[in-house]
Amino acid sequence: MIRLRDVHLRLGERDVLRGVDADLGEQRIGVVGANGSGKSSLARLLNGLLVPTRGSVTVDGLDTARDGAKVRRRVGFVFSDPDAQIVMPTVAEDVAFSLRRQKLAREQVQARVAQVLGRFGLAAHADHPAHLLSGGQKQLLALAAILVTEPGVLVLDEPTTLLDLRNTRRIADLVSALPLQVVHVTHHLDLLAGYDRVLVVDDGRIAADDSPAAALEFYRRSQS
Amino acid sequence: MLTSVYRPGTSPLHRARAGTKLLALAVGASALAWQRSVPAVAVGALVVAAAVAVAGMPARWVWEQLRPLRWVLLLVAGFQVLTQDWRLALVVCATLALAVLAAALVTATTRMQELLDVLQRLLQPLRRVGVDPDRVALLLALTLRAVPVLQGLIAEVGDARRARGCERSLRALLVPLLIRTLRHADNLGEALAARGVDD
Ligand SMILES: Nc1ncnc2c1ncn2[C@@H]1O[C@H](COP(=O)(O)OP(=O)(O)OP(=O)(O)O)[C@@H](O)[C@H]1O
Ligand SMILES: [Mg+2]
Repeated sequence: MIRLRDVHLRLGERDVLRGVDADLGEQRIGVVGANGSGKSSLARLLNGLLVPTRGSVTVDGLDTARDGAKVRRRVGFVFSDPDAQIVMPTVAEDVAFSLRRQKLAREQVQARVAQVLGRFGLAAHADHPAHLLSGGQKQLLALAAILVTEPGVLVLDEPTTLLDLRNTRRIADLVSALPLQVVHVTHHLDLLAGYDRVLVVDDGRIAADDSPAAALEFYRRSQS
Repeated sequence: MLTSVYRPGTSPLHRARAGTKLLALAVGASALAWQRSVPAVAVGALVVAAAVAVAGMPARWVWEQLRPLRWVLLLVAGFQVLTQDWRLALVVCATLALAVLAAALVTATTRMQELLDVLQRLLQPLRRVGVDPDRVALLLALTLRAVPVLQGLIAEVGDARRARGCERSLRALLVPLLIRTLRHADNLGEALAARGVDD
């Protein structure tokens, strides 16, 4: 369970979030809103990449401001730009990089890396240089590298923005099959159709919080 | 050499320990540099050729490693011929080529992670003077990873510059390149934080 209590966030001279309250317990939560409305900032609050200026964010009772490291172990994060998320030179090494803190034996690491790469259709590329993958494959790799640590929550900040339709679909299908809580920020509204709940962010506040159909209807009307 | 990468395989060279290979590389290269004689170079060439064959690297791979070196070799050779004699020029160039080839062979048969592990172990004693071996190894990996990313950015910015018809403007290259590089660094920093690097 993620709880946001009276969350205010000031970045530089700007009040980016102005009083956000929400209990996020559903398995599939979408976040939509105009450019600059504060979606990415909201997402970054959920794993302690940003901490609120006022108010609090807790994940399973852990305060992101006090227990950032513990929260990040629970909450995986995938960004839009796959190139910036891949740290190691080859595919398998990048996934293994996520496991470096877990003090596993080499064989265990290799087994888990192989298993995840298989699930994401990247097994044949394990030893390839990551920069030779296509954009869609890179994003699959970024997702694989996060999921190998088995987080309880996955936050996605426009993971499909740089992808074509086929790869967008592929990521969406993979995500929808995951047995964990997902908070998905996106401008691809149709990806949120089967979700449990959709938040509409507008100018630093939650303007609507509803079923996908109702929330998206509200969002479309407010944008026209 | 920075861009030469691991080529998966099961040869004895692939299976040998990273530390052993690095040690052999260091000893061999130093011996050649120390000896600087035709017989030493001949022995070195035999050893490297045998290693290339054992690792199953095709002739084209050898050429790919040496091609970027050809101007440097020419320059070194010219310098040596002018100041010393042609025999020494030959030995020095051969030593250089062999060392580069041997180093490329190590990177081609060893996973980056294993090399970083060795580096990390070598750096352990520096912990006492405040050097964090994990950090150094990570930095090296990030640097290696940055090469293709930067190449991509340069290509992109170059294309944009050509599309706008200002291909001769240095500013139209450097300003967007700088901005994108900084943005990439920023994104990368955030992704690293999200993956728990600072925790
Ligand atoms: N570090 C910062 N310093 C100052 N202002 C910032 C900073 N980061 C973001 N902002 C501002 O905060 C506002 C919200 O940014 P945010 O990235 O959360 O928006 P967003 O909803 O994700 O937009 P987009 O759809 O374009 O991704 C923007 O106006 C942005 O300019
Ligand atoms: Mg955003």
